[in-house]
Amino acid sequence: MEVTVDRLAARLDAARRRPWRAFVRRHPLLAVGGLLLVVVAMASLAAPWLAPYDPTEMNALQRLKPPSAQHWFGTDALGRDVFSRTLWGGRVSLTVGIGVALLATSIGVVIGLLSGFNRWADAIVMRVMDGMMAIPGILLAVALMTLTRASIGTVVLAITVPEIPRVVRLVRSLVLSIREQPYVQAAEAIGTRFHAILLRHVLPNTVTPLIVQATFICASAVIFEAYLSFLGAGTPPEIPSWGNMMAEGRAVVQLAFGIILFPGLFLGLTVLSINLLGDGLRDLLDPRVARRL
Amino acid sequence: MTYVLKRILAAIPVLFIVAVIVFLLLHLSPGDPAAIIAGDTASSDDIERIRRQLGLDRPLPEQFVGWLWRLLQGDLGVSVFTGLPVTTMIAQRIEPTLWITFLTIGVAVVLALPMGIVAAWKAGTWIDHAIMALAVLAFSMPVFLIGYLLMFGFAIQWPLLPVQGFRSLSEGFVPFIRHLILPVLSGGLIYTALIARMTRATMLEVLGEDYIRTARAKGVGSLRLLLRHALKNAAVPIVTTIGLGIALLLGGVIVTESVFAIPGIGRLTVDSVLRRDYPVIQGIVLVTSAVYVFVNLVIDLLYTVFDPRIRY
Repeated sequence: MEVTVDRLAARLDAARRRPWRAFVRRHPLLAVGGLLLVVVAMASLAAPWLAPYDPTEMNALQRLKPPSAQHWFGTDALGRDVFSRTLWGGRVSLTVGIGVALLATSIGVVIGLLSGFNRWADAIVMRVMDGMMAIPGILLAVALMTLTRASIGTVVLAITVPEIPRVVRLVRSLVLSIREQPYVQAAEAIGTRFHAILLRHVLPNTVTPLIVQATFICASAVIFEAYLSFLGAGTPPEIPSWGNMMAEGRAVVQLAFGIILFPGLFLGLTVLSINLLGDGLRDLLDPRVARRL
Repeated sequence: MTYVLKRILAAIPVLFIVAVIVFLLLHLSPGDPAAIIAGDTASSDDIERIRRQLGLDRPLPEQFVGWLWRLLQGDLGVSVFTGLPVTTMIAQRIEPTLWITFLTIGVAVVLALPMGIVAAWKAGTWIDHAIMALAVLAFSMPVFLIGYLLMFGFAIQWPLLPVQGFRSLSEGFVPFIRHLILPVLSGGLIYTALIARMTRATMLEVLGEDYIRTARAKGVGSLRLLLRHALKNAAVPIVTTIGLGIALLLGGVIVTESVFAIPGIGRLTVDSVLRRDYPVIQGIVLVTSAVYVFVNLVIDLLYTVFDPRIRY
């Protein structure tokens, strides 16, 4: 008994002296995911300064070169530097990921609240959401992209639409259970106005699960952007994005595998770091769910 | 019996909503869809022709009723590019996609169930951590990266399997299966991870139940305990995940086909995107959604087999 108390005291002491190390020990997923994401985000933000070449500069003499000291990741079929393009590609992925997470969450919250509070709206909204969820997300996004002119903005919109039902269902189920809580019923009983109940009692309690959900939506949006670009229905081909680079590498996969490998690895690493961050946030913010899964 | 009937009837409004959404996509999209489909080089005559072909020149309710009526008769419209009926174009390409989808479901279930069961049985040990780490990794690796890595390893560096393409079953079983191994593995990984995670979570919950302790106390063997007592009671959520995950799987198959140059629905999607052939894309969306709704209907009906208490 004494040993464990001593050890606990020692750990508390260590935590006080080195708060960072204690945090990493308690939330390894959050720490690893966060760190990886910071590295990727810094690398793409600093692309104009870090990238040794202009990502769109072509060089007919330097086509399909293997990785070397001049071109760390080699060059593509038009002689462009794959390393520089990979750094720039991160900007597209992160913009789309964050854009979709914010937009899908905001729209989803409004529809979800409406659905959770109004029985008539609920009947209609939930049927529409069932229909949307029956359409494979990537195909819904492809269909939307075929009907609009490609730009980063339309890519964000096209990926947001299939993500909305996930948020709506989450918010609706949260609202339905929060409404039954004694504190909400007490607030209703003393005559608190509807908008006050909504803003002060219900909305704050949806924030935690929504942050976790938004993180996972961000990860899935980053993958979706790459899928759309890879299928030719995404970011305009003149913008270097990871999906575009991999689509261009498709024709020369047997000659220069690096054109596909490097953006693919960066893509996987980015999504992994966001997913780890999401898992870590869930453990941190909602320990009950964490123990079950 | 009434449950079966009710469930079948419940699938109809979902399909109707899917049809409405798909119809509205064309009409709610910003800008003039006819001009976008026709492309930047089209003349005003071309745009007019496409507008007429898509029926965009008539009033909205009339368009919808006519479109829905033809849809009910199995008419998905005509391709803007080839002039062929969309149903014909989909029928020509559906064989490889169906094979990949079925084989992937089979392989994923066979791999994921033991993984999930073992992870739950050995919860908290290194086996559990290793299996769950693999699952998180599989969730984060894009389908095409896995596809290209497998292709690089097993077809280019170490030429065991063909790099790309598809052989029909009628050309012999061995070439058929050899062409499908890599696509099925790469497309199925994320789906396997999904099922494994769900299996672990439900099995953990079930293994904590009193009747499991009772069974163990009366001397039921480990394997029998896991399969007959635990897995059977965990079946409903696992089977639900298998069904809902099919939307994810279909998306993956479409991308995988592009990686391995397989002439299936995915390839048709890519070709149609390049040609801005909206009627074909619309047809693919409708058919895959119908497949999804149908598969989940069958799964819901299977619940009554796994859990006799479910009889609404």
